[in-house]
Amino acid sequence: MRNILPTTPEAVRDRAAAANNRRRRRARSASTQWRRRGLVGIYVIFLMLPIYWLLNMSFQSNNEILSALTLWPQDFTAEHYVKIFTTSNWYMGYVNSISYVLMNMLISIVVALPAAYAFSRYKFIGDKHLFFWLLTNLMAPPAVFLLPYFQLYYTVGLFDTHFSVALAHCLFNIPLAVWILEGFMSGVPKEVDEMAFIDGYSFPKFFVKIFVPMISSGIGVTLFFLFMFSWVELLLANTLTATNAQPIASVMTQTKGASGIDWGTLSAAGVLTILPGIVVVYFVRNHIAKGFALGRT
Amino acid sequence: MNKVYNNRAWWLILPMLLLVAFTAIIPLMTVVNYSVQDVFDAHTRFFTGTEWFKQMLNDPALQAALVRQFAFSLTVLAIEVPLGIGIALIMPKKGWQASAMLILVTMPLLIPWNVVGSIWQIFTRGDIGLMGWGLRELGYGYNITANPVDAWATIILMDVWHWTPLIALLCFSGLRSIPDAYYQAARIDRASKWAIFRHIQLPKLTNVLVIGVLLRFMYSFKIYAEPFVLTGGGPGSSTTFLSQSLTTMAIGQQDLGPSAAFSLIYFLIILLVCWVFYTAIMNMQKDDKNKEG
Repeated sequence: MRNILPTTPEAVRDRAAAANNRRRRRARSASTQWRRRGLVGIYVIFLMLPIYWLLNMSFQSNNEILSALTLWPQDFTAEHYVKIFTTSNWYMGYVNSISYVLMNMLISIVVALPAAYAFSRYKFIGDKHLFFWLLTNLMAPPAVFLLPYFQLYYTVGLFDTHFSVALAHCLFNIPLAVWILEGFMSGVPKEVDEMAFIDGYSFPKFFVKIFVPMISSGIGVTLFFLFMFSWVELLLANTLTATNAQPIASVMTQTKGASGIDWGTLSAAGVLTILPGIVVVYFVRNHIAKGFALGRT
Repeated sequence: MNKVYNNRAWWLILPMLLLVAFTAIIPLMTVVNYSVQDVFDAHTRFFTGTEWFKQMLNDPALQAALVRQFAFSLTVLAIEVPLGIGIALIMPKKGWQASAMLILVTMPLLIPWNVVGSIWQIFTRGDIGLMGWGLRELGYGYNITANPVDAWATIILMDVWHWTPLIALLCFSGLRSIPDAYYQAARIDRASKWAIFRHIQLPKLTNVLVIGVLLRFMYSFKIYAEPFVLTGGGPGSSTTFLSQSLTTMAIGQQDLGPSAAFSLIYFLIILLVCWVFYTAIMNMQKDDKNKEG
């Protein structure tokens, strides 16, 4: 219809008015676009400023930090990073943290997968109560469990091992994994299971060969969350370890010396704790948008 | 989904159950055990009944910490939820900007909690921090170690910085699941932006928002490391929240009985609030099913 030339004066007027309207709307949407970009910019600055400041501090010598406030390192130095990577106490902190996080992710996902499957596919005695009880563990403040954990792990001889922290973090990570996985599994139609059983698959074979690949993105998202909550937790990790399995977070408290706090090293260590997170986010960046809804949209 | 009734499903749950029992039930029973006894040493102990509970409930310091805790949790929820929705609405949806923004927004969530405290400690110090120095240059006597108002404002700002991304990402993923056809229909109807938000976007967000509010409430109620590093609970005890009071009592003073009773009260409060949320979620899902069916 658009290509037909207008024949009456009214039609000409109408079309001119419509074109005018369109132009005005486009102009308005361009200005809202800029306002939107401005707001995003302000938020990004707010997010990044404290992190930039940490980065800035980590490349300054302690002299420079304390003598004057400088917006960027005047006297660029990597001495704090060198110190961290050459002192076994420091770099072992990272190794310890990463090893208990990985152990925890493995344990949690292995026991959570069948449990989540049971919750998403079957009704059984006490299923609802059990699910709520699981969620209560997610809510439990670690401070409540501090003392009993210390005594329990000391008694069974696991104190100051990576395994003890990995097990302790199961308290909140297993319920979280079951909760997220249950959401993703419920999205898979039940006919898939039935077809596989008709085709003669045994349950374990079906589960590993067919079902797990079908929810692989859900598993990826779950692993991301498990990493996140185990990596950021400090209270339990700090209480259950002494020297052999000390996480980086508690090594960082040693920067408080007799001559005050070693700000440079503290900042450099802080920057290095952010890096693993960035690596993990980079890998899952295309799944974050979907995954954060935990399979429940 | 129609679930089959089958009690053999318990076998699938069993490994998880054993592990969680080891990490949750045994320690919790220990706490219950301590809460009704007065322990002197490994061999001397007396049964005290509910005495510790009474003492804890009447302790003015703990009552004050509880009030502070609720004030804090409600304040951060009131700020973070609207802010998170707003950010989710303006985040770029396509292209490299979208990926970059997602990575930037997720970053604060992956920083260990005590490092978050350190970051803000460095950022807000009057002598070496950009924010503390800047505010002083502007003529405001900013001091978080002496002024409780400054300490509160800083802790809330830190929490907003740290956790708004969670709400924003949840809402962003909720918004992504709205089919384009909805927006086209709204355009045909000449719906205003507000009408689109109110009648299309917000209803789709309720599910993720309930998850977000639940997670935020739980984690703000358990907050420990960030304020501990930033202010140490001070000035005085103006920013001492429940977890910190409990940790001081249990580890610092080794008061087993009272701190166990306190633990249980603390846990029960969280349990009660979360039970309300959980029932709300379950009812909402039922409503959805009724609508669909």
